[in-house]
Amino acid sequence: MTAVDAGRGAPARRTTSVSRLRLIQQGGGVVLLAVVGLIWVAPFLWGIVTSFKSEADAAALPVRVVPEGGWTLAAYRSVLEQGDLVRWLANSLFTATVITAVTLVISAMAAYALSRGLFRGRRLLMAATLASIMVPGQILIVPLFQEMLLLNMIDTYWAIILPQVVAPVMVFVLKRFFDAIPIELEDAARVDGASRWRTFVSVVLPLSRSVLSAVAIFVFIGAWNNFLWPFIAVNDPGLMTMPVGLATVENAYGVQYAQDNAAAVLAALPLLVVFILFQRHIVRGFATTGLGGQ
Amino acid sequence: MTTTVQRQVAVPPATAPPTPRRPLASGGGWFTVPYLVAFALFLVGPVVYGLWMAFTDQSLTGSGGSLVGFANFGEALQDPQVWATLRNTVVFTVISSVPLVLVSLGLALLVHAVRPGQWLWRLTFFAPFLLPVTVVTILWTWMYQPDLGLFNASLGALGSDGIGWLTDENVALWSIALTTLWWTLGFNFLLYLAALQNIPQHLYEAAAIDGAGTWRRLVSVTLPMLARTTSLVVILQLLASLKVFDQIYLMTMGGPNNSTRSILEYVYDTGFTNYRLGYAAAISYVFFALIVVISLAQAWFLSRRGVRS
Repeated sequence: MTAVDAGRGAPARRTTSVSRLRLIQQGGGVVLLAVVGLIWVAPFLWGIVTSFKSEADAAALPVRVVPEGGWTLAAYRSVLEQGDLVRWLANSLFTATVITAVTLVISAMAAYALSRGLFRGRRLLMAATLASIMVPGQILIVPLFQEMLLLNMIDTYWAIILPQVVAPVMVFVLKRFFDAIPIELEDAARVDGASRWRTFVSVVLPLSRSVLSAVAIFVFIGAWNNFLWPFIAVNDPGLMTMPVGLATVENAYGVQYAQDNAAAVLAALPLLVVFILFQRHIVRGFATTGLGGQ
Repeated sequence: MTTTVQRQVAVPPATAPPTPRRPLASGGGWFTVPYLVAFALFLVGPVVYGLWMAFTDQSLTGSGGSLVGFANFGEALQDPQVWATLRNTVVFTVISSVPLVLVSLGLALLVHAVRPGQWLWRLTFFAPFLLPVTVVTILWTWMYQPDLGLFNASLGALGSDGIGWLTDENVALWSIALTTLWWTLGFNFLLYLAALQNIPQHLYEAAAIDGAGTWRRLVSVTLPMLARTTSLVVILQLLASLKVFDQIYLMTMGGPNNSTRSILEYVYDTGFTNYRLGYAAAISYVFFALIVVISLAQAWFLSRRGVRS
């Protein structure tokens, strides 16, 4: 710390010109970033602006930013009165929460066994898990749909949830983390007479909080935003998740621009708020696990 | 006591090399049972079942299901729509991946170099990645709207006739790529930003002592140190772009005149609109083969480079 400071302060005369150059560079960088950043939020801002217009103003030519008839909450009111969006958000919250909880539990258990256990087929399971990371979920839609049809689960929450709890990548990420936990810590617990399960729950899991929360965040975001599979798995509007339901609205009322945008803004909010609250956590999770959804 | 133990090990796992492990004695296999069941039922099962279906004439209506040998694969190789959608997919992959890698790298370098407002820039560029696809397509379809959209309204103000963003065959795929750039750039951006923060500071100090300027430090220190991250970003990006479906389906449904239809959308249309599940499964597997080849080629390429360096 001090060494660095001393090193920086040493050639006092040169620093002033260097720091002025740095200041100019920083200033230029900030301006450039502000311009690009403004472009980046423009689609969102434009959606917000449109959502506060009346339908007539949203569809009026020429296009203007400030509506002639003034700002209004009408679009939000009609979206919320239709009630579907709230229902879809609730469905998304429910399915994504269940998917996250189940995925976390079964992946952590399997990863722990793969890291520590000695059982028949361990190598085979590890190899199969690694190989399956390459399988794109999208190619499974046809057989998975047929399977769900046979299981009589199409148009149920089960159809949405079950296929999404299999997360080989997360098993791999968790196993790698467990591998690095010194086994001596567990030995101490075992000597005290703790069962394998107890050791897992009271020693290993508490040490793994960071990676567990990172995995939970990724799984939740993936499930919350997933489109293709829930789109195929349910047709009943009452069971649709938010991304799927919103797509049907867009098709049904195509011309109600203010309402479309109001619905989009409302649908975007929950995850954005969560991200703003937990930004540091999520970014760190990105760095430690290296991999995310999509 | 427990807190000190925790603090001691809470840091090492991320960085320390794995300690030699002893298994917890035999058993423990039951820990894998819940995962194993789900894995078998909803991943391995469908993979095998899908392969089986690819050799049948199974229909969504329930009829068919008898073995037809390689007929589906033969048909796929001769189906002009397979080749056309494959071509669209590859074109989309190129025109989306190149900017998605380069722009995210550029923005990460810029954000890393600029001290003030780190969290704000990070939020700005990453936030779209958190939006569900339907929100993204509503916002962008609205901006691409021919008369009322922000883009053509702005062009109109400049005296131009405007562009058929989603209605012109030659433009639509580019428009979707632009939307995709906006939507998913944050992922690559964060990976690059994390990598930049991990470059040891002393390398820059050494370079500065050698008299290296900003540009020289970028070329000789930063970019080489990002090589590993770049190969990761490139491969993840290629695979993600090849799997494009959602935004195309929602913005153009493959139109105009099939100019934006991707291979996965052809799978979807074949299976769920034309009810030909067997044929759709066969096309899925042709696509899967392509993905596997690319993944293996990349693994081979990386391991070769790893040996050399």
